[in-house]
Amino acid sequence: MLSIIRTLWDVFLHAFRKRVTIQYPEQKAYLSARYRGRIILSRDPEGGERCVACYLCAVACPVDCIALQATEDSTGRRYPEFFRINFSRCIFCGYCEEACPTYAIQLTPDIEMGEYSRQNMVYEKEHLLISGPGKYPDYNFWRVAGVKIGGKDKGQAEREAPPTDLRSLLP
Amino acid sequence: MISPYPAVTLIAVLFGALTIAGGLVWAERRLLALWQDRYGPNRVGPFGLMQTLADMIKLFFKEDWVPPFADKWVFIMAPAIVMFTVLMSFVVVPFAPGIIISDLNIAVLFFLGMSSLGVYSIVLAGWASDNKYALLGGMRAAAQMLSYEVFMGLSLMGTVLLAGSFDLVDIVNAQRHMWFVVPQFLGFVLFMIAGIAETRRLPFDLPESESELVAGFHSEYSGMKFGMFFVGEYIGILLVSSMITVLFFGGWRGPVLPPIVWYFIKTCFFLGFFILLRAALPRPRFDQLMAWGWKLMLPLSLANLLVTGAVKLAFFH
Ligand code: SF4
Ligand code: SF4
Repeated sequence: MLSIIRTLWDVFLHAFRKRVTIQYPEQKAYLSARYRGRIILSRDPEGGERCVACYLCAVACPVDCIALQATEDSTGRRYPEFFRINFSRCIFCGYCEEACPTYAIQLTPDIEMGEYSRQNMVYEKEHLLISGPGKYPDYNFWRVAGVKIGGKDKGQAEREAPPTDLRSLLP
Repeated sequence: MISPYPAVTLIAVLFGALTIAGGLVWAERRLLALWQDRYGPNRVGPFGLMQTLADMIKLFFKEDWVPPFADKWVFIMAPAIVMFTVLMSFVVVPFAPGIIISDLNIAVLFFLGMSSLGVYSIVLAGWASDNKYALLGGMRAAAQMLSYEVFMGLSLMGTVLLAGSFDLVDIVNAQRHMWFVVPQFLGFVLFMIAGIAETRRLPFDLPESESELVAGFHSEYSGMKFGMFFVGEYIGILLVSSMITVLFFGGWRGPVLPPIVWYFIKTCFFLGFFILLRAALPRPRFDQLMAWGWKLMLPLSLANLLVTGAVKLAFFH
């Protein structure tokens, strides 16, 4: 009986507490830099597309909302011909970002993506691609990968020794 | 002491009760939010006051659906009964001197009778829905409301004894010197508990209990039929608060301010208290509810009645 009265009193005292509600459209909540919101495709510091169209994000995606098509430019550099994310299916799990070997696909702290038409939730590459490097300003996949593309031969990547000349090993 | 313009009073009370019930929905949501450190509805109109109106418009535009397996006419009648009985009870409530629709000399009995009839609405709604959850809710309602009715009546008899009348106006006038809550404190507590159980409010909302029975007796209802149960519940709270004010807190009596304002202030206090109860207390188990009713409340109210009668006989005769 006493506990009931004490509960009533304690709840009543909450009338004088500060309210925790954030009045959304006027006040915005702070979203951390790691927040999993709208997905973007970033570029490397040289301004080239980071995505190498490896399909790993599409495979990792639990709801299959990423569609892309790989292609190659004249220098042998792979990139996606189209890259499409259907945000009406995306669950913002961030698995795509985890799977990506090049830091190309990144989730950002933006959540205001409401649309009246479902079709508008399908983002194409021109909607996804941003002009900067996103969360990893210095990373450049092609500069550290040991793959040969136009303008960069084997052994020219950072922290990569030149390939061994097999003939010089002959006695 | 009937007012000179009965029709005006009638319309004023009808619209007053319905408007206050609507306002109460808003007030409840705001107060619950306050006690849970939130804001509640605050977007539609100033302070969200138009929220109820918006909800009502929404309810009107919902599909008015009768399940094909339901007992159609009973299903449709049930929400009307609850509205009818609570609104009828307002006939005997004295708001202020001269503001009463009908000054019945058996007003207390009339109120009890109407609240008993209200049980039909819930039971029939649960029965006609032909749905196991609704039926369970309806059965609970029948058992709960009938048992709490018993000591609701008994807890009132103390005041009736003291005032020597079933007439609510006489009861208010008999509280000229002292509110009946002082000599009848136990009666007041019992009546309030019974009142909450009668209006099926949390913590006694077992007929509804969303967490176990979907929505209990009104699981199958939608649109304005549901709206009528909803508004009926809120008018019921208003009614019980009014009755507490009238029976135990001197009705419209109070210094300086006009009588109707006093009536309003006291009633609002109890409305607020009902909402606080909802915010604070969990729902008991059904067997606990019945055990309290029969093993604790009933003996207490009988004892209260006997002691009051004995004291009255010994000292005031
Ligand atoms: S966040 Fe998850 S659901 Fe969304 S695209 Fe990436 S992997 Fe798919
Ligand atoms: S975004 Fe990353 S994981 Fe997806 S295809 Fe491009 S490089 Fe591969």
